[in-house]
Amino acid sequence: MALEVVMPQMGADMTEGTLVRWLKAPGDTIERGDIIAEIETDKATVELEAFDAGVLRQVVAAEGDVVPVGEVIALLGDADEEMPEVERHAPAEKPTPRAVAAAAANADAIDETFGSRRVRVSPVARRIAGDAGIDLDEVTGSGPDGRILRRDVEAAIAARDNHAPAGVPTVEPERPAPPPPPADPARVEPLSRMRAAIARNMTDAKQQQPHYYLTVDVDMTEAMSFRRHVNLVLEDAQRVSVNDLIVRACAVALLSHPKFNASLTDDGIQYHQQVDINIGVALDEGLVAPALLDLAAKGLPQIAEESTALVERARAGKLRAEEYSSGTFTITNLGAYGIDVLVGIINAGQAAILGAGSVTERPAVVDGDIAVRQLMTLALSADHRVSDGAEGARFLKEIQTILENPTRLSV
Amino acid sequence: MTEMRMRDAIREAMREEMLRDERVFLMGEDIGAYGGSYACTRGLLDEFGPERVRDTPISESGIVGAGVGAALAGFIPMVEIMTINFSLVALDQIVNNASKLHYMSGGQVNVPLVLRMASGGGSQLGATHSHSLEGMFAHFPGLTVVCPAFPGDAKGLLKRSFREPNPVVFIEHTALYGARGEVPDDPDHLVEFGRAATVRSGKDVTLVGYSGSVHQCYRAADMLAAEHGLTADVIDLRTIRPLDMSSVIRSVRRTNRAVVVEDDWKFGGFAGEIAAQIMERAFDWLDAPVARVAGKDVPMPYNRNLEYAALPSEEDVVEAVLAML
Repeated sequence: MALEVVMPQMGADMTEGTLVRWLKAPGDTIERGDIIAEIETDKATVELEAFDAGVLRQVVAAEGDVVPVGEVIALLGDADEEMPEVERHAPAEKPTPRAVAAAAANADAIDETFGSRRVRVSPVARRIAGDAGIDLDEVTGSGPDGRILRRDVEAAIAARDNHAPAGVPTVEPERPAPPPPPADPARVEPLSRMRAAIARNMTDAKQQQPHYYLTVDVDMTEAMSFRRHVNLVLEDAQRVSVNDLIVRACAVALLSHPKFNASLTDDGIQYHQQVDINIGVALDEGLVAPALLDLAAKGLPQIAEESTALVERARAGKLRAEEYSSGTFTITNLGAYGIDVLVGIINAGQAAILGAGSVTERPAVVDGDIAVRQLMTLALSADHRVSDGAEGARFLKEIQTILENPTRLSV
Repeated sequence: MTEMRMRDAIREAMREEMLRDERVFLMGEDIGAYGGSYACTRGLLDEFGPERVRDTPISESGIVGAGVGAALAGFIPMVEIMTINFSLVALDQIVNNASKLHYMSGGQVNVPLVLRMASGGGSQLGATHSHSLEGMFAHFPGLTVVCPAFPGDAKGLLKRSFREPNPVVFIEHTALYGARGEVPDDPDHLVEFGRAATVRSGKDVTLVGYSGSVHQCYRAADMLAAEHGLTADVIDLRTIRPLDMSSVIRSVRRTNRAVVVEDDWKFGGFAGEIAAQIMERAFDWLDAPVARVAGKDVPMPYNRNLEYAALPSEEDVVEAVLAML
C-alpha cells in the first residue's frame, strides 16, 4: 500500500517549507529513520527522516518547490505496486493585503499584482528546463512580462554546453542592468525568511502573551567551583558550560513547577509531559532556538555533549526536525557578551523564558560580611495568563537554590 | 482536376450524387426556378425535374421537418436553408429530431439528411443576417458539422455527406462562393470527416481555422513570413464535428504556439473548445497561452467600416502571434 510522505510541521508557526534537496531517488529502498530530503523552513535547513520503510516510488515535490505543510511530497510503496496519481501541488502564493483589499473592492477584477513575483515560465520551457537540469532561477525570460520561453531555456542549455566547464550545472544568466540608485540613500532590505519568522514570533508573543518579569541574583561561586572539578574528569566533548548548569537546574526545577513547562490552549493549560528546553543560538543571519530533548533524566555530561552538538548543527543550518520544532521552555543567555541582565521575550506559545546574564565578580554580603562573589542575574519572563508572580518567584528561587547548591545538579 | 468556383464545386457534388443515387433529392427556398440564392443549384431543375428539385414555401421548420420525414422514409434529402440565420427557426427539427432520432430509437432508424446553409458576415446584411453559428451546431452530439474552405474539399465533403447515415450540417461561407480552386473530376472523390488538412507548413506557430477563417490564417501566414521572418502551420479543420484534434496537437507540439481563428463571437465560441483541448493535451509543449482571434462581442454592425472592425482580420492574427513572442 502506498504511503504518503508529507511536508512535516516543524514548529507551530510553520505553514510551508522549501524542498531543498532530495537525498534519495525514486527506486531507492528507504529504511525507517533514513534521511531522505532536506527541508528549508523559516529558520533552518532540517533533515527529513522517513517515518516508514519502503521503496521511494515517486517524488511529487521538485527541488526548490515551496510546499504547504501536510501536502504530499513523495510516495513510498512496494517495488512493484501500482501508485495512485498524485497531483503536483501548485506553488503556494499568499494574497498580499493589497490583493485582498482589491479583491474586496471588486470581486470581478483580477488584481494583476497578485502573485506578480512568481517567475513566469511557459509550460514547454519548464519541461525542457526540467529535462535538462536547468535552474529556472538562473534564466532571464525574454517573453511577454518577462516570461521564460523555450528559446531562453534553449539558450541557457547551449550556454552551459558550450561555455561552462564540464560538470558545472549552473548557467551564467544574462542579468539586466541594475536599476539606478534611488535618490533616498536609505537602504531597504527585504526580510529574510528567518528574519520574518522572528518578527512574527516576537510580535505574537508580545501582543498575545502578557508578560511579567522577575529577576534574582544567583551566587555562582560554588557552582563555578563544581564545574571546574567535574570538567577535570570529563572528556572534552562533555565539558560543562555555565549554560549547561542553568539548563540542568531548570530541568530539575521544571519537574516540580509544571506551570512553567506548559502552554495555554483554547481548552486550558496544557502541561507537557516531557521537558524540552530551547536554547537561543545567535547566528549571523538571525536567531534560532533549537531544543535539547527529554531532559528530565539526563545528567550534566550528557546535556553538555548534546548542547555542544546542537549548537554546532544550528550554526551549520543542519538541525533535525524534532530539534527545530520541539520545546517547552526556553533559556536565552548573553553571558558570553558581558551582559548583566537579559529580560527575554517568551518563545511564542510557551509559558516562560529564562534570561541569563554573565557570571561576574561582584561584592556580596555573606554571613554579615561583604565578600567578592561570582554572581549571575537571572530574569524570568512568564505568561501571566498561565502563572502568577508568586508562582514565578517560587520557580525562580528553586533555580537559584539548585545553582547555589550544586550537588543538586548531579542528582 | 478542374479549376472551378466553390458554388460550382458544390453544385457538381449534388449533381453527381443525384446521378449516382436516385434516392437523393433537393428541396429549399428558391432552389429550383431561381437556381438558389447563391446559385448553387442553378440548372439542376432542368436536368432532374421538379420531382427531385423542389421549391418550397418559406418555412424552415416545415422543410427541415419534411426532410427528416423523407429521410426516415428512405430518401436521402438535401435541404437548403438559404442562410444559417434562418436555421434558428428550424432548430427544434434539427436539434430535437434530426440529431436524436437514431439515438432515441435505439438505432432502429437513421436520418440521412443533408442540411446546406450559407454562413458568415461581411456583406452588410445587418445583425440578424450575418451570423456564424458553426460552433453552435458543433455543440450537439448527433450532428456532423462540415465547414469547407476550398472548392475541392467542398465537393469531396458534400459527396461524403450524402453517404452519411445521419444528419450533416454543411455550412458554406458566403464570402467563399466565388473562390476558385482545383477540384478533382473523379466522381468518387470523397473527403473523410474528422480529417483536418495542413494547408501550409511552418515551425513558429500553429494557426487553426475553419471555413472563412482558414483564409485569414493563410494570409496572416504570408504576412508573418514576409514581414517578420516567421513561418506558420495553417490547419484547416474541414469538419468541426468530428474534430481532428490530433492534427492540431501534433502541430502545436512542434511549434509550441497556437492561434485559433473564427468569425463567430469569442465568448463561448468554438475557438475556446479548441484552445481548451490544446491546453489539455499539449500543456507541456506550450510556450505561450493559446490565443483566440474571433468576432467582436457585438451584434454585427451594418456600417461597412464597423462591420470590418467587428470581424477578425489577418492583421489581428499577425498581432496575436507577435504578442506571444
